[in-house]
Amino acid sequence: MISLIVASLVIFACIEVIPGDPASFMLGINAQPDTVAALREELGLNASLSVRYLSWVTGMLSGDFGTSYTYRTPVAEIIAERLWLSLPLALIALGLTVFIAFPIGILAATKRGSWTDMSVMGATQLGIAVPNFWFAMLMVLLFAINLRWFSAGGFPGWDNPFAALKALTLPSIALALPQASILARVMRSALLDTLSEDYIRTCRAKGLTRRQALWRHALRNAMIPVLTIIGLQFSFLLAGAIIIENVFYLPGLGRLVFQAISQRDLIMVESVVFLLVFAVIIVNFAVDLAYAWVDPRLRARV
Amino acid sequence: MRNLIVGLTLTAIFVLAALVSFLWTPYDVTVLEIANKLKPPTFSHWFGTDHFGRDIFSMIMVGARTSIAVAVVAVGIGMGLGVPLGLAAAARKGSFLDEVIMRGNDLIFAFPSLLIAILITAIFGPSAVNAIIAIGIFNIPVFARLTRGAAMSLWTHDYILAARVAGKGATRISVEHILPNVANLLIVQGTIQFSLGILAEAALSYVGLGAQPPTPSWGRMLADAQTLIALAPHVALFPGFAILFTVLGLNLAGDGIRDLLDPKLRVQR
Repeated sequence: MISLIVASLVIFACIEVIPGDPASFMLGINAQPDTVAALREELGLNASLSVRYLSWVTGMLSGDFGTSYTYRTPVAEIIAERLWLSLPLALIALGLTVFIAFPIGILAATKRGSWTDMSVMGATQLGIAVPNFWFAMLMVLLFAINLRWFSAGGFPGWDNPFAALKALTLPSIALALPQASILARVMRSALLDTLSEDYIRTCRAKGLTRRQALWRHALRNAMIPVLTIIGLQFSFLLAGAIIIENVFYLPGLGRLVFQAISQRDLIMVESVVFLLVFAVIIVNFAVDLAYAWVDPRLRARV
Repeated sequence: MRNLIVGLTLTAIFVLAALVSFLWTPYDVTVLEIANKLKPPTFSHWFGTDHFGRDIFSMIMVGARTSIAVAVVAVGIGMGLGVPLGLAAAARKGSFLDEVIMRGNDLIFAFPSLLIAILITAIFGPSAVNAIIAIGIFNIPVFARLTRGAAMSLWTHDYILAARVAGKGATRISVEHILPNVANLLIVQGTIQFSLGILAEAALSYVGLGAQPPTPSWGRMLADAQTLIALAPHVALFPGFAILFTVLGLNLAGDGIRDLLDPKLRVQR
């Protein structure tokens, strides 16, 4: 809660530093001084800093993010529309990350030191080093331009869910690849740590097979570091979507922010950034709750 | 050991390319030869030419300067501010100062790194300097946390007590006894942040918030290549490989140094 308040102050302060008066920027250089003054009045720019900050925050609390300087429509509406692209994109990418990383990490940990382990870990080194937007471009070259399996960009809207999912396939793979590589490595080392614990030896001694010991005991205990990383990764995915949306010309939050920045649409920038930070803080809180779910010992402390 | 050698070799190649580019490049990257544009790789142009007829091999050499400079300075900012903050927080553990430093760290962590970078470059305008500041700011909490964590466990050691008995103050102990003992960790983390910095710089230049034309940068070469990828794939391939191998080299070097400095971890692998 406190971090939210401080975050909102920081964002507000940052935005106020942007040079240029939004009112004169919107009206162009030929505007009459009195029209500019009228617009400043209308936008509430004449009020003192503290009043503007308070009205911004109280507005957000009631779901009113204000009116966009350039679009002349409520910011909340525009953001909600764009969120319908960015949020599913980040969630699909997160799902893919987990879906790829878990089996790979488990495989590498159980076959530790083998050729499988070495080649898989080598592949994850590459996956971490690849810039995701470049990987996205290569996928466009192969799957969209050469094989023509996917379109190279754009988004058809959710009216046709299949087409929409298809448009998000390549972007989410590009987003997921580096994160999956990181997560697979974390999974592997966390599993290796737990597999060398005494209680795993006890499990084996009481007659469980390696597989049973792994699935019933080791995996669950290895989840704490894995969950921490997944929580962090969600914020990377949300922010990373900003870059990837540019590769695929997807009308999401990322493109919105860039347009808003170039148009000096302060309210829009403030709101999107705050929303993303808010999402990150919420996700971190959810991760804390998940710890308690995974590890009963932590329940008393939460 | 093999990791370290491969990693250091890859890193050395790119550092060398950046250094040599100050003295010599195969072609002048400021000269545009439109007649020669989008040539595929040949013997005279190893990596082909771009849409202005510039030699891509030369541009990658010059681009290495930007990437390396941005990443080095960003790591410098992170270490220069983060390490003293971490040392101070550990020396006054549980104090108001510690609390403020750590909550400040949490706050920066709550902003996704890329978002900070975009916010900063949006406010102060896109340039290589602002990209450096943006990436550097995110490095501060990374180093502050690492230093604080490591320093806190060192403070319980007997030799620190001995130093206190000898009359040394918290600042002197931090600098003379704590810092040398966390240096190994810092070097390893430094290599990792270095590679992340190169990736971040590439991403920022790609969306047009990094180094501005005419300074060649790997990220912007890729942005330029995006619309040409169907016509001339080589324009997109080589800058990407440059980023990939530099980052890979740094990561391998980081792993290698860690194994070298901490034999316990080596056995575990």
